[in-house]
Amino acid sequence: MKPVATPATADEPAALVADALRVGDLSAGDLCIAPGRILALSGPSGSGKSRLLRALADLDPHEGTVALGDMRQGAVPGHRWRQAVMMVPADSQWWADTVGEHFPDGAPDGLDTLGFDTATMDWQVSRLSSGERQRLALLRAVAHQPRALLLDEPTANLDAEATARVEAWLGDLIARHHWPVLWVAHDPAQIRRVADQHLRIAGKRLEDVPCS
Amino acid sequence: MQLIDLAWWQLALGAALVLALAGCTLVAKLAIGQTLLVAALRTVVQLSLIGLVLEALFSVAALPWIALMAGVMLLMAGREVIARQKRRLTGGWAFGIGTLSMFVSAFSVTVLTLIVIIGPEPWYTPQYAIPLLGMMLGNTMTGIAIGLDRLTDAVWRQRALIENRLMLGQRWQVAVGDARRDAMRSGMIPIINSMAAAGIVSLPGMMTGQILAGAPPSLAVKYQILIMFTITVGTGFGTLVAVLAASRRLFDERERLRLDRLAKPGH
Repeated sequence: MKPVATPATADEPAALVADALRVGDLSAGDLCIAPGRILALSGPSGSGKSRLLRALADLDPHEGTVALGDMRQGAVPGHRWRQAVMMVPADSQWWADTVGEHFPDGAPDGLDTLGFDTATMDWQVSRLSSGERQRLALLRAVAHQPRALLLDEPTANLDAEATARVEAWLGDLIARHHWPVLWVAHDPAQIRRVADQHLRIAGKRLEDVPCS
Repeated sequence: MQLIDLAWWQLALGAALVLALAGCTLVAKLAIGQTLLVAALRTVVQLSLIGLVLEALFSVAALPWIALMAGVMLLMAGREVIARQKRRLTGGWAFGIGTLSMFVSAFSVTVLTLIVIIGPEPWYTPQYAIPLLGMMLGNTMTGIAIGLDRLTDAVWRQRALIENRLMLGQRWQVAVGDARRDAMRSGMIPIINSMAAAGIVSLPGMMTGQILAGAPPSLAVKYQILIMFTITVGTGFGTLVAVLAASRRLFDERERLRLDRLAKPGH
């Protein structure tokens, strides 16, 4: 029998690395997010933040290579890559009638932390507020067991108190699972609170902003 | 019973009634009189021409000529499928997918019906083959056109939703599944409805024609049932194949949604 290489387990920490990444006009260059680190990305609206996230999730054609640990973006089917490198869009979409139908394994962990309970699973999606949708979209993404997160303004529709709760909950999860995270944010105070590193889109390039 | 001959002056009486209708629309300022007359004229010219073609074809009854006629009918139907779509696939894919799925379904069902069920001698006898194919293509064309139009329109509207499903790691078939099932159902509903209404609400055209031509109603009914079944099968499979192929074309090899492969409306 041939020796079989042990496959990397789903929980093995892996860095998210991009080389010579180019999306449309934006040259993102080389990016490296170590396991458990949060890279904040800011820039004026329309500068290409979401497009950069979409390229990392392989939703748009792009130049350059991206890898999560040993897994190269082009070497696995698109759906497997996106299941590992999970993007959470700013405006989440819901296709079924009730909240629970969108979760793969029933009520997820963390419901109560974000202000819900198991009865939330029976709620009608059409009656969710934008803040509820945003928090539930984060819960839904995490319930799909990703290995890296791409968050597009994850607290845009939340008040200060809910924002603090989401930041604490995400920070804890990211540290526990060692996920590399790209977090698009506008608020400098939030970036100071959550990020290990901060990149800003300036024209057609990314520039490093020192974290103070 | 002999079919009563129609003289040209008798048709002229019918034409006079159409002229009277056009006159009324003119008085009522409907601005549709010209379109009506042009359409009426087209009916006369097109049907007369096809009459000549069919008479020639029936007298020759050679397979190559019948195949040529069938090919022309198929291409015209393919063109019609494109014309009925608001956002069609670019690069010839709309025509290609529409025509190929009509070929696969309408042609194979027609040939199967001719050889196995009706069995004229030879099997391509144009009096059977051409009207049968014409009815098949006409209905399959409608089913495919509706199915493709519904698919591309739904995917266009639900772009954010489908991409969010992709972001969660769903396969493209799952992410587009709702739109695809909806499009398939829409393409098949008209023919299912006409089967359900046959004989109650409407007397199907072919059966009416056969009865007018002197066939016993019981035989006309049997032919009509057979035609309904074959049309349904052809339309159903044609719609399934077309929607499957088109939905595949909307995603690339990385399972990305590629709306850049759809033309803008009106182009």
